[in-house]
Amino acid sequence: MMTVKVNGRDHQVDAEPDTPLLYVLRDDLALNAAKFGCGLGQCGACTVIIDGKAVLSCVTPLLLLEGKEVTTLEGLGSIETPAPIQRAFMEEQAAQCGYCIAGMMMRAQALLQGNPKPTDDEIRTELESHLCRCGTHMRILRAVHRAAHLMQTADASTSQGRSQ
Amino acid sequence: MGGLFAALVVAGATVALAWRPGIAAVDPPSADTFDEALVKRGRDLAAIGNCGTCHTRGGGTDFAGDLPVPTPFGTVYSSNITPDADTGIGRWSETAFRRAMRAGVDREGRHLYPTFPYDHFTHVSDEDDRALYAYLMTRQPVHVQAHENQLPFPLDRRIMIAGWKLLFLRRTPLEPDPTKSAEWNRGAYLVEGLAHCGACHTPRNVLGAERASAQFAGGEADNWSAYAINAQSPAPVPWDADALFAYLRNGWHPDHGVARGPMADVVRNLSDVPDQDVRAIATYMADVFGLPPPDRKRRGEEVLAQVKSNSVPATQAGATGAAIYAATCASCHETNRSLPYGGVNLALSTAFSASDARNAANIVLAGIRPVAGERSPIMPGFAASMSNAQIAALLDYLRARFGHQPAWAGVEKTVADARLTQTVGLQTSLPPDNPPTDRRERGKP
Repeated sequence: MMTVKVNGRDHQVDAEPDTPLLYVLRDDLALNAAKFGCGLGQCGACTVIIDGKAVLSCVTPLLLLEGKEVTTLEGLGSIETPAPIQRAFMEEQAAQCGYCIAGMMMRAQALLQGNPKPTDDEIRTELESHLCRCGTHMRILRAVHRAAHLMQTADASTSQGRSQ
Repeated sequence: MGGLFAALVVAGATVALAWRPGIAAVDPPSADTFDEALVKRGRDLAAIGNCGTCHTRGGGTDFAGDLPVPTPFGTVYSSNITPDADTGIGRWSETAFRRAMRAGVDREGRHLYPTFPYDHFTHVSDEDDRALYAYLMTRQPVHVQAHENQLPFPLDRRIMIAGWKLLFLRRTPLEPDPTKSAEWNRGAYLVEGLAHCGACHTPRNVLGAERASAQFAGGEADNWSAYAINAQSPAPVPWDADALFAYLRNGWHPDHGVARGPMADVVRNLSDVPDQDVRAIATYMADVFGLPPPDRKRRGEEVLAQVKSNSVPATQAGATGAAIYAATCASCHETNRSLPYGGVNLALSTAFSASDARNAANIVLAGIRPVAGERSPIMPGFAASMSNAQIAALLDYLRARFGHQPAWAGVEKTVADARLTQTVGLQTSLPPDNPPTDRRERGKP
């Protein structure tokens, strides 16, 4: 048995230490926002936040997680009370097929936590490692700017979720 | 009194030796005064000389300079070599350009710091200097005033450079070796001159000059160690001319792995210069490496066979590191998927037989960014998911399993240092500013 802290709660899971975090999130904890894309840390679809930083959960085995805290997209907000980043992506209609979007949102969230007003260039550089074959790249850029704005305005303060 | 007199004489002689006249300013020549073929040749030469890497700031325009280059003596900012009249070399005549290359003196007559490797460029031919000049003078002029260098007294006095040159600048021309092939001689001309390989791969003395007695014995560049590229090479499989050619051309080789750090820029630049120039460099360097002694050759063949049959021996050392490797790294590095998309089997990597853990730490932390639009290697970085202690445990294990050398000392400190400097320095891993997507376009004058 291993203990993993996800979205503020300790979970006991029946998994080996070499199990990738992504498998545990999806198979044991039914947290399905993070996606399996390539399994090799090359596409970004599995991105979650660990201790404030964007991390590829498919190449992060449980044995690396001792004493660390994982946040998934589910931990940021819900359908009823979406976090700023989720609201912004919805309002900009930034998803097409949507498979990469949860990962993009997590990396964008980590970016905004460290840099509340990123430039276009900074967002592009940060999200460059995320593969997306659809066509919403400009909307994604706008959504990250919108999220930055929402995070700084009072009306979003109630839906901050568990962002760190 | 006599001492004072002697000092005055020495000072006077130094000033006389150190003084260089200015060369008259010219009006920036218009681009159409240069021959197109010459400009194209200059483009290839600038790529071989890796000029853009130091003369371009991260996110800046190509050749506009102002890149802070950290040296053991202080920070030197690269100069703007676009043809801007005020801040670049727009008012330089070809004669002034050639003097800078040959003697490290700018148009106004000021000595240039040897961060600009004129100890190598002094060997570049008049003809090649002319082509380089034509290429640079036909770039878009960009107005960028480079920052003042940050050097302590007395190194901030350019007269000091005259003394350095007296000691270390050998302007004697490279004599071709008639016993060697034309290709070898061409390679020697490029390697010792424009390509300035020794600037990183040769260790430097306390005054920052390359140690002639240890040529290519391994140096340092921008917080990466530049491996020995002579008989002391730590590569598990000995290099030969074909492997060198493929590596310099593509940026990776199946028996050696991937060029990264500052070398990534070098191979990116060499990826589209004429074949015969890269071939010449490979031929000359293969001779510098020399034929491996029988035991080293046998060892290389053994490692290749083990890798092929997936039977690289395990080690008893480091359970924590072994577990991290198995769960995190092996899924790419032990699949036998071929490069560049699969990871190189680490038994072939020079990083683990090198004298320190710096390169291995850099690569685990930052990974390898793929080059946009090209078939290039990729690796995720683990800076955000692994602690220094975890990376150190991993590297100690990899050293024991694949390095076949005594353990490194102080690996956790090396990792901590690598983490600190990751975001500063030359930022050489960043792609160039708006590179043309079509390779053929890059050669357009």
